[in-house]
Amino acid sequence: MYAIEVKDLYKNYFSKKSGKFAGIGKRQPLGDESNSVPLQGLGVSFDVKRGEIFGIIGPDGAGKTTLFRILTTLILPDNGTATIDGFDVVASYKEIRKRVGYMPGRFSLYQDLTVEENLEFFATVFNTTIEENYELIKDIYIQIEPFKNRRAGKLSGGMKQKLALSCALIHKPSVLFLDEPTTGVDPVSRKEFWGMLQKLREQGITILVSTPYMDEASLCDRIALIQNGQFLKIDTPQNIVGQFADTLWAAKSDNMHKLLEDLRKDEEVKSSFAFGDSIHVTVENGQLTVDSLKKYLIERGHKNIEIQPIEPTIEDCFMELSNTQI
Amino acid sequence: MDTVIKVENLTKRFGDFTAVDNITFEVKRGEIFGFLGANGAGKTTAMRMLCGLSIPTEGKGTVAGYDIFRQPELVKKSIGYMSQKFSMYEDLKVWENLELFGGIYGMHDKEIKIKTDELMGRLNFEEERDQLVKSLPLGFKQKLAFSVSIFHHPQVVFLDEPTGGVDPITRRRFWEMIYDATASGITVFVTTHYMDEAEYCDRVSIMVDGRIEALDSPMNLKRTYNAKNMDEVFQQLARKSTRKAD
Repeated sequence: MYAIEVKDLYKNYFSKKSGKFAGIGKRQPLGDESNSVPLQGLGVSFDVKRGEIFGIIGPDGAGKTTLFRILTTLILPDNGTATIDGFDVVASYKEIRKRVGYMPGRFSLYQDLTVEENLEFFATVFNTTIEENYELIKDIYIQIEPFKNRRAGKLSGGMKQKLALSCALIHKPSVLFLDEPTTGVDPVSRKEFWGMLQKLREQGITILVSTPYMDEASLCDRIALIQNGQFLKIDTPQNIVGQFADTLWAAKSDNMHKLLEDLRKDEEVKSSFAFGDSIHVTVENGQLTVDSLKKYLIERGHKNIEIQPIEPTIEDCFMELSNTQI
Repeated sequence: MDTVIKVENLTKRFGDFTAVDNITFEVKRGEIFGFLGANGAGKTTAMRMLCGLSIPTEGKGTVAGYDIFRQPELVKKSIGYMSQKFSMYEDLKVWENLELFGGIYGMHDKEIKIKTDELMGRLNFEEERDQLVKSLPLGFKQKLAFSVSIFHHPQVVFLDEPTGGVDPITRRRFWEMIYDATASGITVFVTTHYMDEAEYCDRVSIMVDGRIEALDSPMNLKRTYNAKNMDEVFQQLARKSTRKAD
């Protein structure tokens, strides 16, 4: 049995706030609020195995939060089915609520309660005590325990994140839902947070986690790349990288800004984007050689040109897939 | 090259907590200056002082030639500001936002009109001109927000995590806009949590516990810390932090 099983799940709504359709599944065109289209086949499907860390990776507005809200039984899908530990998210929502932990994207603990009071509250709601499951949260909670009498609203971002994770774990959930736990968090704290997730996985907890940071993909067992409500790809990070269809080079020269402009002018170059200290250039296989591109750049006055074949990152893959599919 | 931001021994204390601890640096005209640090390192407090929103406890500082102690109102007029959280009024149309911000910064109606036409053409926004900002895709909004923040051609623009949450292509297009702005003489002061973006800056400072621990070009920083990328530099420095109750 899968920990999470999702089949053709679909939820589209007209967002008054943004004036657009939002949600999960193929979005309806603007102006079509009639819902007259058959919904079969428009949704998303995926499975998460027990003990897996599964990442939903994509930008704001891709539909990540809608997916999380359906799976945690907070909103109903328009079509399709989903089960958590075999329980249906619509029919057995009460059973699911007992066995999942949910950390929403926005900090949603009680700001006026202290650190300890928040944790105690969540333990009580789930009919347990802090003592009973202390082992599970120990590594995380110990870091904020010195501030246990401080009100949650007065904590720093990093400490709020640790408290929210502790509260989501205090009833020993079988599946943990983390909606953008690292957004706006600095690289050091992000690394720490992912370290905590690896430890939780070792204890057998299944984790569904969403993030807009592509570099976090490699820390997941499997990932789904999502954009505009649809999955671009589901696989292990290694396989996704392995399936990159084009040739990829990293290019540098003395004038990086001009280099980008000149690469964009070359019709044989499929795409070129800045990537840290180099520019990643994609070329269709067999179309162009490193030497001929070098020659082209020398003709345009570039000096100290370096072009090297490189392994794509998940970000390269996302950009390639979103270019071709949407 | 002249200096747009000059800060000497700048300090800000809240009670017995020193949020910004004796920082000194300069930013030259036309430079892209990356202002990095972990959450709670003091970036926001420092940035608020530079924007004339918070009076420093000690030290000296000028921004766009104005004293941040004595002339905060003149500082505000000479800078632009954009953050991920607040950018524009969602219930106003695109052109209405431009008119509002232009007006606030004291631009004349005629100048606003000319620059609006010019901007809509350059961004290829002719069709969106009469749309409410809330109906625009996130990538459009971000481009527009940046354009609004430099609409009055400030000497320096402060960008507070401008690219959070957007897709990788839009994020890169955004940086291409930043380059164009510097080409027109605007100085850019930017914070980010994306370490690949630190590489796009001319110089980068890294704050740890209220102090500037490192300041140099990305290339020199990587050499000094024997690191293969800016993420490694950042990890080495930020791990030195002892500030727990941030």
